[in-house]
Amino acid sequence: MTKQQANWSPYDNNGGTCVAIAGADYCVIAADTRMSTGYSILSRDYSKIIQLADKSLMASSGFQADVRALQKVLAARHLIYQHQHNKQMSCPAMAQLLSNTLYYKRFFPYYAFNVLGGLDSEGKGCVFTYDAVGSYERVGYSSQGSGATLITPFLDNQLKSPSPLLLPAKDAVTPLSESEAIDLVKTCFASASERDIYTGDKLEIVILNASGIRREYLELRKD
Amino acid sequence: MFRNQYDTDVTTWSPAGRLFQVEYAMEAVKQGSAAIGLRSKTHVVLACVNKASSELSSHQKKIFKVDDHIGVAIAGLTADGRVLSRYMRNECINYSYTYESPLPVGRLVVQLADKAQVCTQRSWKRPYGVGLLIGGLDESGAHLYYNCPSGNYFEYQAFAIGSRSQAAKTYLERKFETFVDSSRENLIKDALFALRETLQGEKLTSSNCTIAVLGIGEAFSTLDQETVQRLINEFEVVGEDPPAEASAAPDQSDGAEPGPAAAAAAAAADDDDQETPAADQGAAPMDI
Repeated sequence: MTKQQANWSPYDNNGGTCVAIAGADYCVIAADTRMSTGYSILSRDYSKIIQLADKSLMASSGFQADVRALQKVLAARHLIYQHQHNKQMSCPAMAQLLSNTLYYKRFFPYYAFNVLGGLDSEGKGCVFTYDAVGSYERVGYSSQGSGATLITPFLDNQLKSPSPLLLPAKDAVTPLSESEAIDLVKTCFASASERDIYTGDKLEIVILNASGIRREYLELRKD
Repeated sequence: MFRNQYDTDVTTWSPAGRLFQVEYAMEAVKQGSAAIGLRSKTHVVLACVNKASSELSSHQKKIFKVDDHIGVAIAGLTADGRVLSRYMRNECINYSYTYESPLPVGRLVVQLADKAQVCTQRSWKRPYGVGLLIGGLDESGAHLYYNCPSGNYFEYQAFAIGSRSQAAKTYLERKFETFVDSSRENLIKDALFALRETLQGEKLTSSNCTIAVLGIGEAFSTLDQETVQRLINEFEVVGEDPPAEASAAPDQSDGAEPGPAAAAAAAAADDDDQETPAADQGAAPMDI
């Protein structure tokens, strides 16, 4: 007599991939805009990136309903912070808040795989990468989502110096220029779209630097 | 005072049908330093006098941003005001979270009034000792409300509360008909004029007042000292009355003025300004 298994899951995976790269004075965050369920496409134009504060952006793949709920909670918490401190949250502060928020639901997690990117208090690029329950680390670059297994090894190859693989641990930002980083990101997604069925349609790239915030879009394979 | 017998408890009526504790709470509002609000069809301006308890201390924050579309100016026990502002901010955040749209001011005002009423009907509570001038935007335009400690609320075209507010009210009563279609700049100038009335002789400078503006297409913000001083200089130069037409100078309503930390714990909760009681002594204030 085998135990009866649940035939309903509260979770779904809407697919998609996110990438972020930190530079000396900029940060690039990118995500594809395809939202899927099973083998179907729900939308070809759904943004996974949100601006949480002046200098913090978050891209999340996974279950988009949980992602949306998570975004709302963080936005509300940021408003409270602004009322109390009369200023915006810094990126490292937001990173900690995100970690705590995720762990708060340790026993019914947000099915969200997040990458937080922005500028730290010194104006240097910073990227934080998370698992679903809030374990996080500051890194020079990161990728999450369905295409991460294809993209991460490639980024390791290209951006070795800020990589945690290299000892002794080096400064967490890449020596690449902003335009080089953007090209690298485009290459990553072009390749991932070839082999990962959940990645494609369009790429949304958000670049954050001292002069502000800017968006770029790139068409990807639609199949 | 001959009211002593029935004023120990907020839950005790007097034979004349008054709740003295609530009326005393309204007195606390009159003792606080002045706060003024005016509105046009599209904008609301809140202004207040900053009275520091001594030269050594900072002044207390009396104008709070509640949300992009709502701001509040308080008079009376500023600690009570701070706590109520926190409540209002929370309500706005929760409403936005649930409905993905801004909390209508009218709703917030009623919620606040109900909250104040509770304190007039519990023996273990005391009424809030603060009057709130709430300026906000909703689909029908700009609104200004006044919430009393009694739990009453009223909508106004313009109003002033706190010490020497009668002088400001007199000025506002003369001018209020022009406010509806007033430009943003003229509204601010009128606020400054009204504020000046409450200072009665003392010079109005950007260091003893705070001005905040919100309007359609303009999120709530406190004007920085430079802008305020420039406006004060403009109208002092011109003469007694504010100009009929808006001046071309575009106003920069920068982000929130970095208010001194609310750690004015040393200062008394309210400012002590002696004021002769207002002329409307006949009816109990909350019967208006």
